[in-house]
Amino acid sequence: MMQQKFSFLRRSLDKIAPAFHKGGKWEKYYPLYEAVDTIFYSPDSVTVGASHVRDSLDLKRIMITVWLCTFPAMFFGMWNIGFQANQAILHSALTPDLGWLSFLGIGHDMHSFVDNFCYGAMTFIPIYCVVFIVGGAWEVLFSVIRRHEINEGFFVTSVLFALTLPPTIPLWQAALGISFGVVIGKEVFGGTGKNFLNPALVGRAFLYFAYPAYLSGETVFNAVEGVSSATALSLAQDGGVSEILGHNIQWLDAFLGTIQGSVGETSTVAILIGGLILVGMGIASWRIIVGTFLGMLITSLLFNWIGSDTNPMFALPWYWHFVLGGFAFGLIFMTTDPVSSAMTHTGRWFFGLLIGFMTVLIRVINPAYPEGIMLAILFANIFAPSIDYLVMRANIKRREARQNV
Amino acid sequence: MEHYLSLLLKAIFIENMALSFFLGMCTFLAVSKKMETAVGLGIAVVVVQAITIPVNNLVFQYLLKLGALSWLGLPEIDLSFLGFITYIGVIAAIVQILEFFLDKYIPALYNALGIYLPLITVNCAILGGTLFMVEREYTFNESLVYGFGSGFGWTLAIISLAGIREKLKYSDVPNGLQGLGITFITAGLMALGFMSFSGIQL
Repeated sequence: MMQQKFSFLRRSLDKIAPAFHKGGKWEKYYPLYEAVDTIFYSPDSVTVGASHVRDSLDLKRIMITVWLCTFPAMFFGMWNIGFQANQAILHSALTPDLGWLSFLGIGHDMHSFVDNFCYGAMTFIPIYCVVFIVGGAWEVLFSVIRRHEINEGFFVTSVLFALTLPPTIPLWQAALGISFGVVIGKEVFGGTGKNFLNPALVGRAFLYFAYPAYLSGETVFNAVEGVSSATALSLAQDGGVSEILGHNIQWLDAFLGTIQGSVGETSTVAILIGGLILVGMGIASWRIIVGTFLGMLITSLLFNWIGSDTNPMFALPWYWHFVLGGFAFGLIFMTTDPVSSAMTHTGRWFFGLLIGFMTVLIRVINPAYPEGIMLAILFANIFAPSIDYLVMRANIKRREARQNV
Repeated sequence: MEHYLSLLLKAIFIENMALSFFLGMCTFLAVSKKMETAVGLGIAVVVVQAITIPVNNLVFQYLLKLGALSWLGLPEIDLSFLGFITYIGVIAAIVQILEFFLDKYIPALYNALGIYLPLITVNCAILGGTLFMVEREYTFNESLVYGFGSGFGWTLAIISLAGIREKLKYSDVPNGLQGLGITFITAGLMALGFMSFSGIQL
């Protein structure tokens, strides 16, 4: 059916195909041709024989689905950047120039959806474009030289990386971060599926340690230059829940996402919408998500119980941990990366619990880092193969015992 | 008690021998290909570390440091310049004894460790642990905890590296980076993950 509908596309792809095959003029660029071709059509070479499971949901579709599932968070993030910025502008004497947008009647009204959205889009789209183009260039370069297919995993890596950045990130840093993430985090191991850390997080962590002043602090999370506004999480570090409420942020605000933060991380509800789709389609592992959540819940209850006179983070309840910072974003999109997480069902529980535990641990007792989930996931990624190993050993032992009875 | 607990956590995670001081790299990179050997070597390191650091602590307290020989009636003698050679000697002797012991009673582990057990003698993590103990002036009890903790932290690192390397068997590393090259990169990325602990004040 599809083939008839888009027969023009099929015909033109077929026409240029010989040039990309062996001996053709553009033989080197076969991965590019293959990538475009398989976006529109099923590949010609498919597995035959009964022992293979054939499913329409291949890696390409999975990655595109994950990419689409970040859209609620992304679009909300864009609106929120504008909302936060215009709010700050209202309370100050600043009036940043909107350039050509002002000719279209876009202003700085914080109550106008269009104004907010355009301002945010103006901030975020350049970041995302830079990340996508630079990272994509690395991906294509490696696939052409190393003759592997271009993988849509990169769509996911680039959008996740871009969404974890603060809106004021200099574009060259965004380019540097995604380069490190894609090349060192993934391509040196041979591309998608062969790495052991989440490439988006490798890039993010690299930037975080290389340029801490641009990635955290009071001034980076508002798109308007020079406006200082702390994130709710750092408010919590200063004075616990009362400090957050004192800045007129209710729990519902944090849940809906109208707070300061990195582009895509603020709205727990928008992230959960994407998460529901991912879990419903069986793409994201619900075991990891539930495990991480439980780990966070247990650890924060434990800290609540221990208590502390000097550190207000000890008393922060779990439902605040859940909505503040990047917890929800990491929970849905980063922990569930099928490559770098644990592979066994039992292992996934432990993997998730470890992440939840480490996140709260870093948030509460490590004063050097306000946010914990990024490092917690990297830390758990390191142990994921060992967790799987232990689970498999235990399974082998159990089966041996069953045989010898 | 709380003091010892925080010392233990510090030795295992925050000041991880392999991933924050990069000590013991040669064995860390060379013996991490297979999980079983990594676990065996890790256990050997924990045992050696947990014995040598307290023993060296006694040597330092009662033989080497200024005034240590006062029990012989020689309070002004300072032998700490003999530190390096003494610690190495102690470590070598203990490793030898351990080797005899394993050969006799746990031959499976002895065979699995092979050449690597004598190599522990020159593992910088072991001497490094002793020198940290001296520099930080740990008491005997603290050196017990620190010895176990630093060895355990190193073991944790090598086991997780072995797990990752077993997984990386299925990777497709560029020719120039295969083997040691990718292992260095892997260790570096692991250290990035262990950065989560830096800055914690216990």
